[in-house]
Amino acid sequence: MKIHEQARWYRRDDDLTEPLLVEKDSTTVDVSVDGLDDSLTRDELTLPNIAEPEVAAHYTRLSQMTFGIESGPYPLGSCTMKYNPKFTERLAADPGAHVHPDLPDEACQGILEIMYHLQRYLARICGMDRVSLQPPAGAAGEFAGILICRAFHADNGEDGQRTEVIVPASAHGTNFASAAMGGYEVVTVPSNEEGRVDLEALEAALGPETAALMLTNPNTLGVIERDIEEIASLVHEAGGLLYYDGANLNALLGRARPGDMGFDITHYNVHKTFATPHGGGGPGAGPVGVTDRLADYLPDPVVTVDDDETYRRVTPERSIGKVHGFEGNWLVLLKAFAYIARLGDDGLLDASAKAVLNANYLAERVGYPIPYGPVQHEFVASASGQDAGEVARAMLDYGVHPPTTKWPELVDEALMTEPTEVETKESLDHLADAFNAVRDLDDDELAERPKRTSVRKIDQVAAARSPVLNWQSIETPKS
Amino acid sequence: MSSPDTEDGSPYAPHTEAETEAMLDAIGASDVEELFDIPSAVAFDDTFDIPARSEAEITHEVRSILDRNASVTCLLGRGHYDHFIPAIVDHIADRSEFLTSYTQYQPEASQGYLQALFEYQSLLVELTGLGVANCSLYDAASALGEAATFAARLRHTDGNRVLVPELLHPGRRSTLENYCAGPGIEVATYPSDDGTADVDALEALVDDDTLMIYAESPTIRGTLEPASRALGELADDHDAAFCLGSDPYALSILETPHEVGADIVVGDAGVLGLPTSFGMGLGLFATREEYVRQTPGRLVGVSEDLEGTRAFSLTLVTREQHIRRERATSNICTNQAWVALRAAMHAAWLGPTGLVDAATSYVERPRELAERLDAIDGVSAPVHDRAHFREFTWRVDDDASKVANALLEHGYAVHALDDDTLQVCVTDQPNAAIDGFVHAVEEVIT
Repeated sequence: MKIHEQARWYRRDDDLTEPLLVEKDSTTVDVSVDGLDDSLTRDELTLPNIAEPEVAAHYTRLSQMTFGIESGPYPLGSCTMKYNPKFTERLAADPGAHVHPDLPDEACQGILEIMYHLQRYLARICGMDRVSLQPPAGAAGEFAGILICRAFHADNGEDGQRTEVIVPASAHGTNFASAAMGGYEVVTVPSNEEGRVDLEALEAALGPETAALMLTNPNTLGVIERDIEEIASLVHEAGGLLYYDGANLNALLGRARPGDMGFDITHYNVHKTFATPHGGGGPGAGPVGVTDRLADYLPDPVVTVDDDETYRRVTPERSIGKVHGFEGNWLVLLKAFAYIARLGDDGLLDASAKAVLNANYLAERVGYPIPYGPVQHEFVASASGQDAGEVARAMLDYGVHPPTTKWPELVDEALMTEPTEVETKESLDHLADAFNAVRDLDDDELAERPKRTSVRKIDQVAAARSPVLNWQSIETPKS
Repeated sequence: MSSPDTEDGSPYAPHTEAETEAMLDAIGASDVEELFDIPSAVAFDDTFDIPARSEAEITHEVRSILDRNASVTCLLGRGHYDHFIPAIVDHIADRSEFLTSYTQYQPEASQGYLQALFEYQSLLVELTGLGVANCSLYDAASALGEAATFAARLRHTDGNRVLVPELLHPGRRSTLENYCAGPGIEVATYPSDDGTADVDALEALVDDDTLMIYAESPTIRGTLEPASRALGELADDHDAAFCLGSDPYALSILETPHEVGADIVVGDAGVLGLPTSFGMGLGLFATREEYVRQTPGRLVGVSEDLEGTRAFSLTLVTREQHIRRERATSNICTNQAWVALRAAMHAAWLGPTGLVDAATSYVERPRELAERLDAIDGVSAPVHDRAHFREFTWRVDDDASKVANALLEHGYAVHALDDDTLQVCVTDQPNAAIDGFVHAVEEVIT
């Protein structure tokens, strides 16, 4: 297959745009409700008004202008864009799963039983003792973890003293933001020449002010923090807690567990590791797991089981409370449970094996230099000499989704690439060809790309200068 | 390759043995295990004791577990609602490009999704009258938490205390307190009067230290707030922000938050598009245009490509965690985008007439039910002398929990709030279900 042949999904030369709903038809209706005083109600409402067949056509067209996991390779580094098994969607659509959270425990035993088993599975997979499924996304899991950390130190009479959270310079942006939201000052530690935590810098940063160190392993460069045991001792000796960012868990499945590495708190990105769909930005789910000494602080609720096999929602004794109004993103959690159960021990072990095999094979075939290794489930190549953003746009013309770009900043013009276990050798070859074809483009050619997508390069600077954030602000709607 | 159910390992890792060999050869390794760099001291050498199941087995297993949920007519509300969702939403939103794609950081490859989110934002702008709506937060509770820290960043506000209704949903209260803990914002309560804000009592509480006044319409008890405008003025007089909690159905008939002086609107937009899902939500967040640069969450804007074609992209991204890190407006990354897509699709299907008709029925049907319950000896409904939306509270002479449990045995789920107060919610249930419920109440009470 020639590499251009897959690039047909997006550009239809006869019809490049789909009008906005409001440009199709818009109707104003009067509002008057019997029994409601006029002072309570609005006079009228204006909204698009189109029939079901047009609604179906509109959204189908929009879906065709969107690159999904089955549109081609989707190697976004740190995002773990693996295939989302279809059967989990059918389970989430089962009316039996569509239950109200205020039903008493006795009347929603089915949901609670699945939540309980998922808690146990997640705890075992990361070597944690207890898990709460409440946080609705990874960043919410981080926030919950930070609140747990704060409650723990407060109980030790150290809340006023432990004011800092340490984060490696190459960490996910959410780590910094979650720590700050929890009221902590963020202290950044640099990486050493190997792209790992600089132990000397860490020792210098640690002290009686340290509340926690947030870390992901393998780190965002795709390399293992080999000194993890020493890091854990240093943090614990300083009286801090060690927090595991679960974003890169796919590399460790069945082979190593954060709990055994000395981590005290971990969050799980089930929309990464456990194949629940990203949904174009969400919903995800961000369960948080802890070791025994922190179990009493977990978010409310945790599901427990009685001797008579009755499942119950329980508020842990010193719970931080809630980070979501109810019980989190249940329908997402259900899909994660089904995925883990489908794979079992062997499947999870195979997922990490093939994820690491794929990343290493692709790394071998890509012509851009890869400064740090040995790479595990992802690698960060350098497009130095080219602009990584232009590289990404150009890759679209080859029918593949580009990698994550310009991050981590440790690598010049970073191309952060994570093919996951689901790509075949043929698809990885195709992806490597796309990388290498773009590497050979000169600056003028790069600036012209992409040519085959539904729109060309977008002026995002102008969009931010004078934002137009709704159809009401578009001056002359196109018809 | 063998069939999906007989293969060892992950059924979603498609490598043949020959391919694996060829790839290892290219890498220069003899075994996949060689590629791992995990220190031996922390290597895991055990199993999780999780047996693999075939697709058929796990499907049957999950369904048989879910069968243990009681099969009841759900008349529960209080922040999570059971609305009818048209089939088109399930079918079209499940298209794999929507369901499986990532956040739209590569706009040239995600124009369709960006446009759908832009349309969602526009819909909320129409409903709230405010100039900016983001393309989702997690749920109503976290949106309220974000509203408090957002208010603290606004230039025109000062003060450090957020005033919330005493009837605020406990899950929202707890989440709000967690969002407020970091920046040290105090959460305080104002009293209610017959199910809505006690404006006089609130007036006595508001001072220069007030950062934000939060009110809901409909409230968690289903009452519609008659004094929104006065609350907005009160906030304004004290350089505080006014945050109104609502939802898209209610907003389609209520006076717009903009008209009553709201600076922020939060709520659960998942009343559109999302089935009852154990509390999963869609955080609505809208505010005035002048505050856009302090807004949490993603925003989609319009631009042009280099040929001058209209194009969409995420915009004002320097507010966000992946750029601004600890100085970001929020830590949110993954949001509820796909639920927002479903909500917009549902609204497009309803159109303005469908939305207004539905919302009107959520005023009329509870009123009719309250009249029928009130006619039963030993029942008084509604408790509050207010207009209601979707739900209302009612009193019984008996013990409320006992009544709720007895109704559950008859197949009807309602809330028991305290010793003698219950709450019931009516959305799109068929009339026969409501009739059955009224009969069940008659039986249980007498």
